[in-house]
Amino acid sequence: MIKKIVTYILLVVFALFFLMPIYVLLATSLKPLREVGLEKMWFLPKEPSLDGFAKAFNRLAPNLRNSFILVIPATLLSAIIGSINGYVLSKLKFRGSDLLFALVLFGMFIPYQSVLFPLIRFLQDIGLYGSLWGLILVHVVYGLPITTLIFRNYYSEVPTELIEAAGIDGAGIFRTYLKVLFPISLPGFVVVVIWQFTNIWNEFLFAVTVTSDPTKQPITVALVNLAGSQVVEWNVQMAGALLAALPTLVVYVLLGKYFLRGLLAGSVKG
Amino acid sequence: MRLFEDPRFQTDLWNTLYFTLFFILGCLILGIILATLIDRNLKASSIFRNIYLFPMALSFVVTGAVWRWIFAPGILPNSPQGMNLLLDIVGLDLLQWKWFTSTESFLNFNVALIPVIVAAVWQMSGYTMAMYLAGLRGISQDLIEAAEVDGATGWQIFWKIKFPILRPITLSAMIILGHISLKIFDLVYAMTGSGPNNVTDMPALYMFETTFRANKYATGSAIAIIMLLLVAVVIIPYLASAFRKEKRV
Repeated sequence: MIKKIVTYILLVVFALFFLMPIYVLLATSLKPLREVGLEKMWFLPKEPSLDGFAKAFNRLAPNLRNSFILVIPATLLSAIIGSINGYVLSKLKFRGSDLLFALVLFGMFIPYQSVLFPLIRFLQDIGLYGSLWGLILVHVVYGLPITTLIFRNYYSEVPTELIEAAGIDGAGIFRTYLKVLFPISLPGFVVVVIWQFTNIWNEFLFAVTVTSDPTKQPITVALVNLAGSQVVEWNVQMAGALLAALPTLVVYVLLGKYFLRGLLAGSVKG
Repeated sequence: MRLFEDPRFQTDLWNTLYFTLFFILGCLILGIILATLIDRNLKASSIFRNIYLFPMALSFVVTGAVWRWIFAPGILPNSPQGMNLLLDIVGLDLLQWKWFTSTESFLNFNVALIPVIVAAVWQMSGYTMAMYLAGLRGISQDLIEAAEVDGATGWQIFWKIKFPILRPITLSAMIILGHISLKIFDLVYAMTGSGPNNVTDMPALYMFETTFRANKYATGSAIAIIMLLLVAVVIIPYLASAFRKEKRV
């Protein structure tokens, strides 16, 4: 009994630590500017106001839109290509396929910084530098290691006999994928899509270096710029941070279970 | 290699070393405590698990923005702000200090890094918790019960049974966290920047500035390559051993 109470107390104390920034975020963003004063930062707003949100939304709306334009195609493309990769690497083993897989996995860990400069030169050469399409391409390619990994692990659970049977019935490699594997891939796609959505939405370094035009920048870049701008209207900033966090938070609240699976897949063990 | 004679880069390497050390330690310790608490399977434990994990869904940029405000020191001693203000309210003025604007250091450890480490641990410890929890759930209940029948205490069960089983998870977590911390950028950039005297500077920030603000591509590329090497030293043996294990199974 005492052990139970102690456990609960500890759980609550830690929960307070994890929720404290969210409290600050919410309380501050709902304050009107005159209440934002430093000495009141830990108190709830006396007269809650949506001014902060209105202002933040005004400034960040185009960037929120950019983020959606970026995230949706990048997520879907990297998921589909990753699923085909996973199929090839788990079911159509060839000489060196394991080595290839290891190299793909290493791609997951390469620091963005070390490819940044050549990457930008490449985007300039193909005329996509500075555009959202360029950024989409970057995220598709950089997303492949993790999406390939998750699908490879997922497909390795599928009995190989199923693939072979389709082969005997005269289906080619692509037909087999479309008719046999793709229809049972939904759970894999859910995990991958959530993971990629969250990661690409939250990414900052590629976004800030590939898109320099403020009207084309995704939300994370716009948020940092907002923080660096002239007057420090903390309520607007915190409202902006909340807006930037909202889509991924909603996904997490609704589909946390699948988010967790993506998370654990990233530790290679699968 | 003039880069290694550059005082700013030397500071960066020290910062990376200490940041990595305390960040990994913090995440591992907090992660295993949280996982153990949740593994006791009390009512509502899944709610707590979700609370501890949610920062993982946030952007480092958002985390940086919030914690920057929490740790903004204000003007001491008369108008404290953020955490200092909270300490003032609860009467612990003694603990007030300049947080990430402090320029003091011990053994090359810039104390200004502490708030950044707190923010990073806040964001990532849910991840280690999830890994440990998956490990703890995998331990067979029979084993624990057998030990209990033999009269083992809770501590003995933890140290003699659970801890050794969790060792490979600890290693995985260290490597994943290590590679994150070697290339950390967003969080520091959004939270503190380089700070006074580069107290919170990191190689990734230096690389970003030289390449994209000062157009010194050669220096920027050199830093980037050193970062790649540091990460490769950590990751390649890990991937190699993961593959060997997979082959054996």
